[in-house]
Amino acid sequence: MNEKRHMGLRTLNRVSNTSIYVILTIISVIWLLPFVFITLQSFRVESTYQVGYVIPKQWGLQNYINLWNSDFKRWYINTFIIALASAVLITIIQLCMSYTLSRFRFKMRGPLMRFMLILGMFPGMLTMIILYRVLSDLGLTQANAVPGLILVGVASSGMGYYVSKGFFDTIPKSLDEAARVDGATRFQVLCKIILPLSKPIVIYTILTAFMGPWGDFVFARYVAFGTSAGYNVAVGMYSWLTNDQIARMYTTFCAGGVIVAVPVTILFLCLQKYYVEGVTGGAVKG
Amino acid sequence: MKQYSDLEYLRLSKGQRFLYKLMAFFMAIPRAIGHFFLNIGVYIKKAAQGVANECKDIVTTFTQGDWKTKTSFVIMGFGNLARGQILRGLLFLLFEVVFIFYMVFTGGYWMSMLPSLGKVGPTSEYNAVLDTYVTAYNDNSFKILLYGVLTIFFIVAFIYTWRVNVEQNKLAEQALRSGKKLKSDKDDLRSMVDEQFYKTLLALPMTGILVFTVMPIVFMVLVAFTNYDGAHNGFSNNLFSWVGLDNFNTLLSWTGGNGGGQSYSATFGEILTWTLIWAFLATFTNYFLGMFVAMMINKKGIRLKKMWRTVLVMTVAIPQFISLLYVSKMFARNGLINLSLLDLGLIKQPLPFWEDPTWARVSVIIINIWVGIPYLMLITTGILMNIPADLYESARIDGANAWQQYRKITLPYMLFITGPYLLTSFTGNMNNFNVIYLLTGGAPTNPAASGAAGSVGYTDLLITWLFKITTGAESQYYLASVVGIMVFVVVAFISLVVYNVLPSIKNEEDYQ
Repeated sequence: MNEKRHMGLRTLNRVSNTSIYVILTIISVIWLLPFVFITLQSFRVESTYQVGYVIPKQWGLQNYINLWNSDFKRWYINTFIIALASAVLITIIQLCMSYTLSRFRFKMRGPLMRFMLILGMFPGMLTMIILYRVLSDLGLTQANAVPGLILVGVASSGMGYYVSKGFFDTIPKSLDEAARVDGATRFQVLCKIILPLSKPIVIYTILTAFMGPWGDFVFARYVAFGTSAGYNVAVGMYSWLTNDQIARMYTTFCAGGVIVAVPVTILFLCLQKYYVEGVTGGAVKG
Repeated sequence: MKQYSDLEYLRLSKGQRFLYKLMAFFMAIPRAIGHFFLNIGVYIKKAAQGVANECKDIVTTFTQGDWKTKTSFVIMGFGNLARGQILRGLLFLLFEVVFIFYMVFTGGYWMSMLPSLGKVGPTSEYNAVLDTYVTAYNDNSFKILLYGVLTIFFIVAFIYTWRVNVEQNKLAEQALRSGKKLKSDKDDLRSMVDEQFYKTLLALPMTGILVFTVMPIVFMVLVAFTNYDGAHNGFSNNLFSWVGLDNFNTLLSWTGGNGGGQSYSATFGEILTWTLIWAFLATFTNYFLGMFVAMMINKKGIRLKKMWRTVLVMTVAIPQFISLLYVSKMFARNGLINLSLLDLGLIKQPLPFWEDPTWARVSVIIINIWVGIPYLMLITTGILMNIPADLYESARIDGANAWQQYRKITLPYMLFITGPYLLTSFTGNMNNFNVIYLLTGGAPTNPAASGAAGSVGYTDLLITWLFKITTGAESQYYLASVVGIMVFVVVAFISLVVYNVLPSIKNEEDYQ
């Protein structure tokens, strides 16, 4: 009888596993389909607008050629520069901030963290108007939007210290103390002990800082203000889907989407491990 | 409400326990609010005491100090210079000189104009040479407000520095009197990378935050008390001025319908309600479905774990504007879904995904699930794997089925660990501009609210409404600013209450 029950459980398990496979397959299909569609449509030649089928009747690279002949190159370079600069500068700023708040106990620490928590509750959009005016006084809007966007993005990045602070909190303090006893300054502790241990979080920060600008939309549009030379990919490609452009540019948009998504996705998949670590740690520590 | 003791609580049935917890939650809210206001009183009292102590200290420093200290009250850094701390002294002196020059040449002007925000607007005068009217621009309200705020920041910084300067003199005197040596410049420089290293590290990030976050927020909060808009841009057409609380009255008054037949407060209430519903649904659908997917992938005996995960993770990498814009067009009236369904003859009319209010609201929530699940799957996977396996083992031996295990072990554990995350995710969703704006742009339009600034739609969140007001035809910046403050109030209120009611917000030191 015991044997029988055991058998029953096993079949039950097999059934539930099979249904899980089915569900997972359906999920994967749903999640990937739009990206398959977008890729297929980017090769469609016969019409430039939305149609009721997915597989092109006539394949070709026309859309990619259109892309090459449009301002897209400029937008791509703009975004790439912003992403690269952000990756370097934001990482430095955030690491300074999070390391300090994790390791030092000074009088203003608590109030400072509470203050930044409260600041974060204001919708960032509110400050767009004034930041735009400040940037335009500095001459960093429209065609010069790139340095302006880097400046604003980097300057306020210190607020996003939570994830990396959570990481530093997990490095035992006794390491610092041991080195301090041996006569190392705080600076030396940071350079020689903490940084070598922080590879995962450094890579995580670089990765997120690099990926952010590819999707940066609202403020970028506000700053570029109708000047194509200052667009990033998101702003530029958004303009292709407005009512008067979509009939001509829809498939070009798809092609652009592929060109933007492929390198970012490959980079992301290579560094996936670090991203997962960062995200999980950040969520646990709040 | 009746307070139960532990024993009484354990005797309650499941439903009663839940009710009790829920009641306790809401009963705690007034207390949390009361606590907050009580604390305000305490803070004010503390601040007043602090100021009094500082003043006393400054006076005693002056009366008991030697001539070097006394001179330092006027010439900052003099004491440091006279006692051989050249570097510190020069920095103080430099700051004072810069401050005085700034105040004399520009700061004084901005401060004097701040109460009025400019007196003379642009004037048009006849120019005989050019034979035309030439507009002369005079005061600039925008710059007055901006530089006024900056000047106030600067003055506060100066007062603080002056105080530090006095304090240092006092400490130096005390040290010398007790026979200690003062820190030399070399010591100071060394401490910048050692004990004071945090100041060095924080200098750059904090300057950035101060100039590009704090200052703009202060400015925009002040704008809520002015009539700054497209018709009063403070420079080329009309100056703007202080209007007190008028804008708050506009937004919150029930009377006075605007064109579309609905008062501002009704519109605001509708948008706020939808924002809260959206934030709630978006957070919890993602949370539970994401956890569900993670549990399926984690289940023992499921193969290709890595592949399933990678498939989902890939979608995190693709920039949101591509996926959201594409999906938005896919569901459009003449988009892929409708066209192919029409072609197949399954429907006669295109489905109104973005045209009908209810369809649009349901669609954004469902598409948001599509966007959010991979991310939640990533987060929950790690935590799920951390749950001690022996908990499940003993539950199984006791004969608990899968649902009971989930209900009694997984869920409490997850909620406990991810409590703070759920809160930030909720407030993040309230301000989830991208999903709404890229998917619907707020559409379909709400005709009853057509008179409100910036054409309100049924899927508009407060944050997208704010954006529409700002970029709309009339550019009612003052109203956008009031809406922004309202968003802050709501978010702060929710966070505060949750932080005070939730027991699981742990002490951060526990982690180290």
